[in-house]
Amino acid sequence: MTDAPALDIRDLDVAYSVRGKDRQVLRGVTLQVARGEAYGLVGESGCGKSTAAMAVMRYLPANGRVRGGSIEVAGANVMELGRRDLRRWRASDVGMVYQNPGTALNPSIRVGRQVAEVFTVQGVGSGEARERALEALKLVQIADPASVLQRYPHQLSGGMQQRVIIAMALAKDPALLILDEPTTGLDATVEAEVLDLVAGLQSSLHTSVLFISHNLGVISKMCARVGVLYAGRLVEEGPVEEVLHDPRHPYTVGLLRCVPRGGVRKDHGRLDTIPGFLPNLGDDLPGCVFADRCALAQDRCHTEPPTAHAIGEQHVSLCHFHETAQTLPRLEAADLELTPVDRSAPPLLAFDELGKVFRQHGNDIHALVGVSASVWPGETLGLVGESGSGKTTLARTLLGILEPTSGAMLLEGKKLGGRMTRRSREEVRALQIVFQNPDSALNRRHTVRRILRRSLRKLARLSGKAADARMTELMTSVRLSERYVSARPSQLSGGLKQRLAIARSFAGEPRLVVCDEPTSALDVSVQAAILNLLVELQAKEGVSYIFISHDLGVVRYVSDRIAVLYLGRLMELGPAEVVFDGPHHPYTEALLSAVPTIDGGGRDRIRLEGDIPSAAKPPTGCVFHTRCPRRLGDVCDTTEPPLVEIADGHLMRCHIPLDQLRTLQASPR
Amino acid sequence: MSAVAAAQGVRSQARRETLWRLLRSPTFLVGTLIVGFWIFCAFYGSKLAPYDPLVQYDNDITVPPGSTSVDDRHVHFLFGTDQLGRDVLSRVLTGATDTLRIAPAATLVGIVGGTVLGLLMGYFRGWLDDVLGRAIDAFLALPLLIVAITALTGLGHSNRTLVLVIGFAFSLTVSRTVRAAVLAERDLDYIQAAQLRGERAPYILFVEILPNIMGPIIVEATVRLGYAIFTVAALTFLGFGVQPPSPDWSLQVADNFTLLVQGDFAWTVLPPALAIASLVVGVNLIADGLQETLDR
Amino acid sequence: MLRFLLRRLALALVTLVLMSVLVFALTAVIPTDVARNVLGNLASPAEVATLRHHLGLDQPVYLQYWAWVKKLAHGDLGTSLASQEPVGNLLFPAMKNSLKLAAMAFVIVVPLSILGGTLAALRRGRLLDRFITVTGLSLTAMPEFVTSIVLIVTFGIWKHWLPISATTPDDYSFRTLLTYLLLPSLALVAVLFGYIARITRAGVIEALEADYTRTARLKGVRGRTVLVRHVLRNALLPTIAVVATQTGYLIGGLVVIEVMFNYDGIGKHIKEAAYNNDITLLQGGVLIVGVVYLTATLIADLLYSLLNPRIRQGGAS
Repeated sequence: MTDAPALDIRDLDVAYSVRGKDRQVLRGVTLQVARGEAYGLVGESGCGKSTAAMAVMRYLPANGRVRGGSIEVAGANVMELGRRDLRRWRASDVGMVYQNPGTALNPSIRVGRQVAEVFTVQGVGSGEARERALEALKLVQIADPASVLQRYPHQLSGGMQQRVIIAMALAKDPALLILDEPTTGLDATVEAEVLDLVAGLQSSLHTSVLFISHNLGVISKMCARVGVLYAGRLVEEGPVEEVLHDPRHPYTVGLLRCVPRGGVRKDHGRLDTIPGFLPNLGDDLPGCVFADRCALAQDRCHTEPPTAHAIGEQHVSLCHFHETAQTLPRLEAADLELTPVDRSAPPLLAFDELGKVFRQHGNDIHALVGVSASVWPGETLGLVGESGSGKTTLARTLLGILEPTSGAMLLEGKKLGGRMTRRSREEVRALQIVFQNPDSALNRRHTVRRILRRSLRKLARLSGKAADARMTELMTSVRLSERYVSARPSQLSGGLKQRLAIARSFAGEPRLVVCDEPTSALDVSVQAAILNLLVELQAKEGVSYIFISHDLGVVRYVSDRIAVLYLGRLMELGPAEVVFDGPHHPYTEALLSAVPTIDGGGRDRIRLEGDIPSAAKPPTGCVFHTRCPRRLGDVCDTTEPPLVEIADGHLMRCHIPLDQLRTLQASPR
Repeated sequence: MSAVAAAQGVRSQARRETLWRLLRSPTFLVGTLIVGFWIFCAFYGSKLAPYDPLVQYDNDITVPPGSTSVDDRHVHFLFGTDQLGRDVLSRVLTGATDTLRIAPAATLVGIVGGTVLGLLMGYFRGWLDDVLGRAIDAFLALPLLIVAITALTGLGHSNRTLVLVIGFAFSLTVSRTVRAAVLAERDLDYIQAAQLRGERAPYILFVEILPNIMGPIIVEATVRLGYAIFTVAALTFLGFGVQPPSPDWSLQVADNFTLLVQGDFAWTVLPPALAIASLVVGVNLIADGLQETLDR
Repeated sequence: MLRFLLRRLALALVTLVLMSVLVFALTAVIPTDVARNVLGNLASPAEVATLRHHLGLDQPVYLQYWAWVKKLAHGDLGTSLASQEPVGNLLFPAMKNSLKLAAMAFVIVVPLSILGGTLAALRRGRLLDRFITVTGLSLTAMPEFVTSIVLIVTFGIWKHWLPISATTPDDYSFRTLLTYLLLPSLALVAVLFGYIARITRAGVIEALEADYTRTARLKGVRGRTVLVRHVLRNALLPTIAVVATQTGYLIGGLVVIEVMFNYDGIGKHIKEAAYNNDITLLQGGVLIVGVVYLTATLIADLLYSLLNPRIRQGGAS
């Protein structure tokens, strides 16, 4: 073995040919991953992260082409490998972990054979390959590996599938391991498990890792060095600590300001945003790639490409004005005036002992069990929990899309019909929704005008001139330029589509809007703008929100109170600061410690094991006892704890006395 | 140009681009040319034809291509004559008329019926979907040709019954395609958004969903047109479709193919057979070109 | 797995019942006076009435249906109105003949079209792909009698290679049978090739582009092994379902081809029964065709579930 770096990319240019024209995707990327090092590549969608990974694997799509530069893995020139050597090289020297473990495994072959294949392609006999497959699964700490080998991929949970993929990638002891968004799409609790596993294996096996992610928190947790990719160019690179806390490129600065963190809340400290849009694929960018969106840009930024400026020993920035990068002016104005919520007044919406049972294959699925809460005017109630916890079911039941099996809902003290068909127009108008995915939520055949005018007509009974005036007003309030009135959704960017969807939900001047993961399909810079918009609308219209998100940072930023759901039951409910700061329910604690944050450390780290149990057969006693890291004893297995008010407005469902919880959660482990 | 006009420009440009791509698809172009030619013949075939396709030259029975009439030396049978002494060329040029009346009409019936049925089944699901779905399965378990033969025996042989029988059977097949497309749309949130502003089912079905599934419906329509021609031809050949004395291609084949047992009378059957072939291929080339363009 | 099979079986039974209603309804529409047809124009009204009564035609339709089903349950398909022979005696040998023809066509078309579809997918967008796709498409859309005419003229008349009638001489060997059935089965092959090849092509392309194929390639698995183990295994599943649904289509095509090649199969009988208003024969024929189709679909379902672990192994454990 030579002591060449694990990965050595120099001046890599990659282009995709689209309709006969070459569009450049990577522009002179240079990076090295040292042996045993974990290097993070971070950037928003479309910046070329995955293209870089596929170029290394020599697996670009048919229209992709490396136009220049070199790639070496452990001293071997990847670009010059012949067909057979390429295959041998892939079989023994590189491993890869993909974004969607569910589709990356062959659905019709048993897991055992798929893992064993890693060894048989290296010429190992089938008997030995089987044994080594078992070893590989033991390495990734899968429970009962022998039986997992006998199963098919669809019989494993997402986290288990990803463990199998990691096992396959690491089994060959590769010179380089590439992880391409390995935890995107997994629940935060599962993500934490997978990340812990990878981090542990990386340090014990001294694997060299190229870790690709859009999530700065994940990179901060997993990597020693980080490269920030923008429009196909590496704009900043350095040790993770330095880049995240002393960024020297305006893009990195802006990106970090977009993320809600460190206890920032909507009433103080607005999120910053990055103006404008990502340049189009293959645009000619003679100067700095970020110049068009940079508030610090001067004339030379548009014409003269910046060279690499060394800041620290390893810290490099591609900015002419790297010294002043952190003076990037803030785009958003000062704090907003939010009217304080008056909880002595009657609540806007109250629901009591709400239950919902689905029948599936002859089993009763209890999706909601006795959920009660209230939302006051102008307030945001955050809903958190893993997937399958009942967040979305609760939201859709309140809206009348689903009919509750038991319980009651009251809008301003008046009983609400179960289905929306049994609600008055005023009631339908009062409750609206912003969906997660604007592509799905907007009719792709209708124009912006048609979408807004129809909602105005049905909800606000407006037509003609009055509707036009109100439409202009709505578009202005969501900052959707009027030149888009005749456009269809496909002609808008993701952020603009979500603005349109928000404008639509506000057409009838609703009292309460359910926001179902409204930013999780968006990049962080766009997310910040959408969150700002929602808060602005709340300040202006006094609307209430029920805000669902898996991103606890986002929930904390927008919510006044938080409700934590597990298996359809309310585990904890209270003011946002109290729920986040603790003492909190062990489940809440687990959710919080699962989140990788940019600031890192500081939190007690408790981990949940296993998957959320089936709602068809919920555990006895406290439904959380099977996974609870702070289980008291038999009482948890047999008796379901009641939801009791432990402090003013703070409700919790746990057997552990408050004081004990406080000491447990205060002591670092 | 105002901003609004600019946006509208973008839209019509997108539409123009689809059309442009379509016109550059060779399969679509060739298909259109072939089908266009036969449509032209369906209207003006009798003017193009050298002779009356129904006149029987009694002394020129099954004369080979290129013969001159025994009775009239000015009459030349370029493609020969059939077993009743009729000019094959004239009959081929006029033989598309009935098929090109029946097949599009049947397709229209099938597409309209199937779209409505599929929209209803896909949107409402539940018992309606279950019951209709079973019935359709049962119906489609029987080959179309056999069902059509049975139904036409019962209802009598007229072009109108032919249209209705084929159209009805098609509407069942089409309903499955449409239903599948509706099911995919139904899962999208814009349907819930519409329900949440109090839209009624007809609006959601025809204004929200229908425009989004026009692509598959258009492709299905061209594919169905191909099958309609196919079915009309097969039924006519068996004696249950277009009735004599029409110069329909399939009738020509049916009238003359028994001659083949006696010897090489290929010219009596090959030209009409190849004419059908070209029409069918043309329609399918159009379908293929449309599919390629709309799928992108 | 067992639950899945039982469910499928129950569904097939429901379909069968619905189909029998349908067949009966279709034939009941035929307005001809059967009794008058049988007896001819010279028979007296009284004689006609007696026969009507004897045939049960004076009863309400639902009772007629019930009587028909009861007889069916005992395996009695009734008596042909035209030939006065038991329908079963006419149709079962004919069905056997048809199955021979269909089997031969299947044996040729299934491997051929799967090979064609796979090749087209592997050469996607290239000349070979366009050729296979366009040829298949055109052949599929071609009425059987058109293909038959071309085949007969080319191989039977111009070249004299093959007999143009499918009815074999009385004492035939297996080889003669094959030569006699080759032309008609080729006509069937032509119709089915494009359809099965098209589905295969789509399935293979989908599997080629799937993430698991990428995983296999990046594992360093040899190209041919990727194709056989990872691609084809997943791609051919939908093809099985298609092959089964095409059985119905194939039987429909048999009508034309049997007439064309003068072959004593079920299609020809159905056509003639319809021609002669022989209702019992028609009912029996259509019903048999439906049952054959349902059986084929059921077998395909079984195969599909055997090959698909998602169904075989049930959901997540």
